Amino acid sequence: MQPFELITVSTVPEAIKVQAGSSTAQQGADIRFIAGGTNLVDYMKLNVETPRQLVDINALPLDRIEALQDGGMKLGALARNSDVARHEEVQRKYPVLSQALLSGASAQLRNMATTAGNLLQKTRCVYYRDTAFGCNKRTPGSGCSAIGGHNRMLAILGTSGSCIASNPSDQNIALAALDATVHITGKTGDRKVPISSFFLLPGATPQRETVLEPGDLITHVTVPALPSDAKSAYLKLRDRASYEFALASAAIVMEQKNGHISFIRVAMGGVGSVPWRSHEAEKVLHAKAPTPANFRAAAEAALHGARPQSQNGFKVELAKRCLTHALTQVSKQA
Amino acid sequence: MAADNDERKVPLTSLEKLSRRAFLSRAGAASVATAAVGIASPLTAAKEVSAPQSEAPDSAPAGSVPITLTVNGTTHQLRVDPRATVLDTLRESLHFTGTKKGCDHGQCGACTIHVNGRRANSCLLFATMQQKAEITTIEGLGTPEKMHMLQAAFVEHDGYQCGYCTSGQIMSAAAMLKESWGPTDQDVKEALSGNICRCGAYPNIVAAVQACRHRNA
Repeated sequence: MQPFELITVSTVPEAIKVQAGSSTAQQGADIRFIAGGTNLVDYMKLNVETPRQLVDINALPLDRIEALQDGGMKLGALARNSDVARHEEVQRKYPVLSQALLSGASAQLRNMATTAGNLLQKTRCVYYRDTAFGCNKRTPGSGCSAIGGHNRMLAILGTSGSCIASNPSDQNIALAALDATVHITGKTGDRKVPISSFFLLPGATPQRETVLEPGDLITHVTVPALPSDAKSAYLKLRDRASYEFALASAAIVMEQKNGHISFIRVAMGGVGSVPWRSHEAEKVLHAKAPTPANFRAAAEAALHGARPQSQNGFKVELAKRCLTHALTQVSKQA
Repeated sequence: MAADNDERKVPLTSLEKLSRRAFLSRAGAASVATAAVGIASPLTAAKEVSAPQSEAPDSAPAGSVPITLTVNGTTHQLRVDPRATVLDTLRESLHFTGTKKGCDHGQCGACTIHVNGRRANSCLLFATMQQKAEITTIEGLGTPEKMHMLQAAFVEHDGYQCGYCTSGQIMSAAAMLKESWGPTDQDVKEALSGNICRCGAYPNIVAAVQACRHRNA
């Protein structure tokens, strides 16, 4: 691990001021915020992240989980994953979020990992993790070792010729299906970014993963109220029953009225370069009856643009079945 | 067999008070001494290195920072490299060696401790960032004379083979007893999935944990 200096801050403006001195807020940032550290410390040990300064933001008052007047909820950037997952109101309003969080990592890691840290969770691509290999995300221009390499776990949607890394988060898939908003404060004030615009497709610049700029601090995430009869669920398929990243997962929010789907949101994990909202699947299902045929048609639409690699072709059918199964489960809750 | 015979010649009284770690570190030092001098018997050499080693206050390595760490109710003041994890600080600086280093990347759970009463992977925490925390290690959970009920249950149910993951399993399970989980064996497996046992003692671990949960209920 490279030597670094730890800076502890007690106010948000102080935190912004220190991190604003970084060359970037993306891969290779020389000044990084640290909260739970479960992801960053791991990557610092691997020399994938080599910040010269760490800004400890744990003392900032950003850990609250609150109900909003409009029926939605506000999740503090520093709220721990386990606290969000076990929050009674989160469990009641957004089962999909609680289930997604509890399906991720281990109880120990969830106790430290935070809402904002999970939003920025790095890929598990083995080449990104290993500095002996080329990786355009870690070292721009060094090539993608995963294309033609060990890519069984990697993405089939939203990839590019530069990068096929998958986003590993479960939380973010649920937040995508819930159409959450990321609240950021920075040098030029506050701004709100819909989660659908927060993550950037890899394209030719996979080192840029989000819209964050130097000095930007995520303060909280808001989740809007759902239609009153909406049901939601998260289904995760993986190589072992627990403590494993998704091969494919699905987050569903659905409301039915008079035998038809009146509200639908679909997001998928384990298959996308970013948390993957499928407007294609939603379009197929909207105002349709909740039938097996319609669910399968939605799954076909969701995976229509899939570009499998040498080892992950199985994910195309797996993701379709995952989505179909999740839609079936949620439809039966109504 | 010759080695066995040699071992039997060692008076048991001189060994029985040694912990496994102390024995191994002395034996290691002894073999170095034997190789260098060629005449010293292992036990003589062991006596030489067993003298208390006090660390001079000015021997702190360059770049180290002063920290205060509260472990098992006792506050320690020490200097650490800013890169030092809680795990390394516990083991190398404070000699709480009950907490084990497995993967060092948050993937195995061997290093599980409690931070303010909640379980966490000590390999992923910088010591400098935990100065206000109450840290509890396996040494703070129970003692050989007064074991925590989980420690006793692991003995009773044979919840280990090699024992390397055991302190992490027990710390994780002790936290689980205070968390909200369902009643089944499957719930225990899910709650403890962050603790890997490569010996595969899982059925006995689950039995030990369930015995404690039933006693608590």
